[in-house]
Amino acid sequence: MSRRGLRKLKNAAFLSLSLLATLTGLFCLAAILWTLITHGLAGMSGRLFSQMTPPPGSEGGLLNAIYGSAAMTLLGILIGSPIGILAGTYLAEYGKKSLISSVVRFINDVLLSAPSIIIGLFIYEIVVVHVGHFSAISGALALAVLAIPVTLRTTEDMLNLVPVGMKDSSAALGAYPWRTTLSVLYPAARSGIVTGLLLAVARISGETAPLLFTALNNQFWSTDLNGPMANLPVVIFQFALSPYKEWQNLAWAGALLITATILLLSISARVLLAILQMDRGAK
Amino acid sequence: MAIIDPGHAARQLLYERVFRSATLAAAMLVLVILGGVVVSLVRGAWPALSHFGFSFVAREIWNPVTDQYGALAAIYGTVVTSLIAMCLAVPAGFGVALFLTELCPTLLKRPIGVGVELLAAVPSIIYGIWGLFVLAPLLQRYIQPWLIKHIGHMPIIGPLFKGPPFGIGILTAGVVLAIMVLPFIAATMRDVFDTVPAMLKESGYGLGATTWEVIWNIVVPHTRVGMVGGMMLGLGRALGETMAVTFVIGNAHRISTSILAPGTTISSSIANEFTEAVGDLYTSSLIALGLLLFIITFTVIAAAQLMLYRLERRGGTAA
Repeated sequence: MSRRGLRKLKNAAFLSLSLLATLTGLFCLAAILWTLITHGLAGMSGRLFSQMTPPPGSEGGLLNAIYGSAAMTLLGILIGSPIGILAGTYLAEYGKKSLISSVVRFINDVLLSAPSIIIGLFIYEIVVVHVGHFSAISGALALAVLAIPVTLRTTEDMLNLVPVGMKDSSAALGAYPWRTTLSVLYPAARSGIVTGLLLAVARISGETAPLLFTALNNQFWSTDLNGPMANLPVVIFQFALSPYKEWQNLAWAGALLITATILLLSISARVLLAILQMDRGAK
Repeated sequence: MAIIDPGHAARQLLYERVFRSATLAAAMLVLVILGGVVVSLVRGAWPALSHFGFSFVAREIWNPVTDQYGALAAIYGTVVTSLIAMCLAVPAGFGVALFLTELCPTLLKRPIGVGVELLAAVPSIIYGIWGLFVLAPLLQRYIQPWLIKHIGHMPIIGPLFKGPPFGIGILTAGVVLAIMVLPFIAATMRDVFDTVPAMLKESGYGLGATTWEVIWNIVVPHTRVGMVGGMMLGLGRALGETMAVTFVIGNAHRISTSILAPGTTISSSIANEFTEAVGDLYTSSLIALGLLLFIITFTVIAAAQLMLYRLERRGGTAA
């Protein structure tokens, strides 16, 4: 074969492999979603949202776990996101390229990819050991620690996107940076920051490992933040590995519920970001 | 006419100081958290580390009954599952990134890109339950018997594929991890490929190079550092991943030659045993495992980030 033909063949071969890789990736996503939907829908019923997690071998729902997940995620975001937003503000508006902000930025990026089970151990050591028992509060704290890096990163990125002219105009009117930040920058970057919050909620609401030894689990309805609390991920973990058919069905239903929520959150975050970019393009 | 109220200026300055300190404190908290993680892990691991000394990382034994613990099997499992994952996910991630930046019709770019990113958003426990109920039986029925029959007898690599097809085990964990880290690697590599100036690529095409030649001779050399950074970021994820592995690893504290056999990883040992651990030495040994995992992943992720920063800086000057 000619040299030219060989080159073309090589080109076609590698490009086909790349197409194949992409199709495999998308196939995996489709296969996971398909399994979740077929298995999950079978376990879906009104009971899911009205009854507690059952003892082995009997029917029941996931109400206490849904409540627990929602409560701890909310609490985690309420604690974690203000810290992340403030820290992101510091990096974007005050610290900028100083040594200290470079270090914070680097450590934050490392924390963003750090194994979540380590964060669980950390909270176990500093909270659970001292209090003496597992609690929803410690679970929420673990989730908050995971939410900080996500919100910090998006806040800094979004504040950096605000045109310098807006900042300068505010400063020219005599406003101090705090005033500029609160009255000009935050409103201008609002949808970007909200995107960051959505991504943070999506990130922490599926986390299992950090809850295993902080919030633990609870078979019963409990709103006591100072005691162990049921939550979807840990219930899924426990029920899926059990030999009981009823428990396994509930695990699949819970898995479908949690995945649907997270995908919905991720998609909304992307739509929001797309609208933001379109607005900016129009201006 | 003087309308400036001196109290107003003082108040503004005070607010400014308060706000600035608050943001600075929040930024410092990030460092405090990292410091806190290190200190609390070292303190929790201390009883085990002082009791077993260096032999903790060198011994395979893990026996709660006789209170003897060593991390070697868990370290081995963590490293081998991650290696399998990288062998599968790096070429695939490279392919996906390549497809998205060079081949994909513009119309499909966003939907496929989002699809890959959504794969990254799926929580790890979902991968775990999917791996256990769907992937493991498939591997057990079709792939593993084939590997045992055809590769199990070969010299050198043969012993890796010996023994009964359990379904769950090191190999299955590696495959699940590969599917999990694929989107991370693909997304980072795509971003890295996007930093190549269009002019460089067009010069290649202008000289008559094929798409593959442009990629291999221009894009890859230009982005080498960033590509390695992306791979290591994926490796960091794979090493620390907990739930997906816990479902399919089999949780056996031993080192087997065969990758079809059950094993354990650092993170799955902690997840499986921590709440059931009785005795201070047991708990402390598990925390010591956590400390090891932290050291390993921190090193890998930090190196990855530094590489990606380097590319970012260079991309800034080249553009």
